[in-house]
Amino acid sequence: MRIEVNGEEREVPAGLNLQTLLEHLSLPQQRVAVELDRKVIRKADWTNTFVEKGARIEIVHFVGGG
Amino acid sequence: MSDTFNLGGKQFRSRLIIGTGKYRTFNEMKVAHRASCAEMVTVAVNRVPLDRKTESFLDHLDAAMQILPNTAGCYDADHAIRTARLAREALETDWIKLEVIGDQVTLLPDNEQTLEAAKILVKEGFIVLPYFSDDLIMAKKLLDVGCPAVMPLAAPIGSGMGVQNPSNLRIMREQLPDATIIVDAGVGVPSDASLAMELGADAILMNTAIAESRDPEQMATAMKLAVEAGRLAYLAGRMPKRLYASASSPIQGAIK
Repeated sequence: MRIEVNGEEREVPAGLNLQTLLEHLSLPQQRVAVELDRKVIRKADWTNTFVEKGARIEIVHFVGGG
Repeated sequence: MSDTFNLGGKQFRSRLIIGTGKYRTFNEMKVAHRASCAEMVTVAVNRVPLDRKTESFLDHLDAAMQILPNTAGCYDADHAIRTARLAREALETDWIKLEVIGDQVTLLPDNEQTLEAAKILVKEGFIVLPYFSDDLIMAKKLLDVGCPAVMPLAAPIGSGMGVQNPSNLRIMREQLPDATIIVDAGVGVPSDASLAMELGADAILMNTAIAESRDPEQMATAMKLAVEAGRLAYLAGRMPKRLYASASSPIQGAIK
């Protein structure tokens, strides 16, 4: 199914939760935050939050800035 | 000396807050951070790249430093609020440097959107440190909604032009004697930082002036000293400015 991650269209298997989505995308899980359809999902809720078709996901980390 | 800087329930010895952007290497940043003796650093929230491995930027920061995530790159209150919430979740910190930009060329703040975002974030329990134009009335409004400090600009972000409007800072200091005022953005050289502190700023936040200097370690040391010098001068109280000379040596008794 198609979802949008960080502004990019991605084809991912159905049935992923946020934790398994991060694993599927080979992304780090420490000191990142995830937003699903504009709502921050706490890390404790990643495994029980499932990714639906057309979901819009933002995954952020920290970079240098002023 | 017991002149500590208190903010958000914490005590800092240093009144210099520095950024983490634009350094040529991580090592150059680390060395500059150490030289500055700063105890708080800003970081930016950004999308994780999907197609390449990234090392954790935070590992390059001294663990003892207070991390202040910013909402850089946000052009309306909604984006800034979402960014703040993401930063809180990822870092488990309530501290946020609120930055809502109004225009891509000048990077000047959108004060109206900043105030809107500040209201909501304060209600959500954030320690909101807002970057805004150096305007007394705006400062009052931001303090009224519960910001523990205000962060007026000295000049546009990354411009290095120094304090463009010293009168505004003086007025803000005089009219808001109990407010915490952190001058954020626009400092280019140590004399700019000193001037802002002499005018009564409680602290200075800077990034580019150190990161883009030829030798960030040396410049960080210079900025540390400048902030300290300016602070001491403010506490000491400057002499009055006079249009005409006032002799330092006695006039009476000079030989004729």
